[in-house]
Amino acid sequence: MDSSLETTLGSLTLKRPTVLASGILGISLDVFNRLHDAGAGAVVTKSLSKEPWEGYPNPTIFSVKGGGWINAVGLSNPGAENFAKMIEPNQDVPIVVSLVGSIEDDFEYMIKKFENCKVAAYELNLSCPHVAKVGLEVGDDVELVSKIIKKVKSITNSPIVAKVGLGKSDYLATVEAAVSAGVDAITAINTVRAMAIDVETQMPILSNKIGGLSGTPIKPIALRCVYEISSKFDIPIMGCGGISTWEDAVEFILAGSSAVQFGSVMGDNWVETFGEINSGIQKYMERKGYATIGEMIGKAKRQ
Amino acid sequence: MEKQRDNNHPHICVIEKIVDETPTVRTLYFKDSVLANVLPGQFAMIWIPGVNELPMSVMVSDVSDQAALTVRKRGESSTALYNLSVGQQIGVRGPYGNSFEIKNGKILLIGGGTGLVPLMRLIKFANPSNHITVLMGSQTKNEVFFEETAKKLLEKNSHEIIPVTEDGSYGKKGYVTDVLEKLLEENTYDGIYTCGPELMMYKTVQMANKKGIFVQASLERMMKCGIGICGSCCVNDDLACRDGTVFDGAHLSQKSEFGHSHRTKSGILEEI
Repeated sequence: MDSSLETTLGSLTLKRPTVLASGILGISLDVFNRLHDAGAGAVVTKSLSKEPWEGYPNPTIFSVKGGGWINAVGLSNPGAENFAKMIEPNQDVPIVVSLVGSIEDDFEYMIKKFENCKVAAYELNLSCPHVAKVGLEVGDDVELVSKIIKKVKSITNSPIVAKVGLGKSDYLATVEAAVSAGVDAITAINTVRAMAIDVETQMPILSNKIGGLSGTPIKPIALRCVYEISSKFDIPIMGCGGISTWEDAVEFILAGSSAVQFGSVMGDNWVETFGEINSGIQKYMERKGYATIGEMIGKAKRQ
Repeated sequence: MEKQRDNNHPHICVIEKIVDETPTVRTLYFKDSVLANVLPGQFAMIWIPGVNELPMSVMVSDVSDQAALTVRKRGESSTALYNLSVGQQIGVRGPYGNSFEIKNGKILLIGGGTGLVPLMRLIKFANPSNHITVLMGSQTKNEVFFEETAKKLLEKNSHEIIPVTEDGSYGKKGYVTDVLEKLLEENTYDGIYTCGPELMMYKTVQMANKKGIFVQASLERMMKCGIGICGSCCVNDDLACRDGTVFDGAHLSQKSEFGHSHRTKSGILEEI
């Protein structure tokens, strides 16, 4: 059987279901091309803001013993305008532009900068756990989420994805607000607030003290969230959180994901990850008799 | 018994000895069996608690299981590292990155400033049969360092050490690349290895490529994670931390950013 890795999320069609998560490697078009050649179905950019941000001083990343990373890079990015200019020559790579802002006008301002770019979708970062006034602080405010998505939907025809995470309020309320406002897909989840202290120096290791936990430790949590969202809402999902093998990717698809995002695994396994996960999924599909990804999505939800 | 060490996890080390190399450059020695044995070209992420974390080449020491860092005080973070005293702590993780491929025969090392650090380690890993020429660049006489270190490391090799100062106050006058150009008129080498200011490396690579001589450069870029996740250190489609820091000249000649541009903390590409 010839199984196809193509997957659709509303009006967004990806040749392969493996997507580079936001924040990882996302500042150079040359790197995007390399990842695409390595098998990425799409790449999500670093979250872009209206103006360039330097981010936090190092240490910005911490390796958790036993697996996973805590990062507080601080959304460093070259700003929407500089970034748009850089990706303008792009024709081949499905680029999902991640945006971060505080109010609906921020998002409108940034989307206008991408008028001359080929953008596969916009992903609104409503869940960065370590920068004030943006990310989770926005995602926790369901009225603001609704306003932002309605505004963004009114100014672009590109698919809009909302990336949610575990903040102070119920993330399902954020999803509900996003779905009601007309969002095209949900990415779940972002990193989870965490920290690390060095016992010798008795100091928090990250310069921002608090960061976001990613990688294998959060996989079961992310999987649970995808399962809950797909059980409650009729919305395409990109599952994200600790995916590092094809089995993880299949688990997320069975829980209701149409595509999977990952990034932390690159710290261990580098760009070959895309090809390995794609071929693992394909072999699984062939073994189980699936012709399309669509046939597998949410299979674990059957009674 | 010591638990298995996770090299990605900051390992706390205590500064044991400090040596002033020049009025602005110091070498800090500390015990660490992992960093003591890194390959030439590999780097470590050095945590200065409460200040920052910097990518650094690891300097050699003649004491076994001792590693060192040679730092020039420049910005806030390098000055904080420079100002540490004996007994103070740093965190180290790594080593990261690839290393120089040392050819047999006649090799030439060309470096400037603290870019000499990985070249000193290269000498340590060289074969006793290597004939080694070292070009050491600096601005002025009192900023020349590692000449004695190089001599000591080169005891078993036939060698020549050529200090070059921009103002001519010591050794040859001019840029190291001027001296290299002259050397290449009459000599050939089995390998050229360079680390230091990017324009020096760029010229070196260009000259070597033109002559068809194997050349490698160790590149420096804005580095945050060190492990291939954050993307800050990209050079076109390569990441300095993961694909480098050592690149072949033939490879570099395909990279439009080498010798021309690098990224800022926010990721904006700017001219060097």
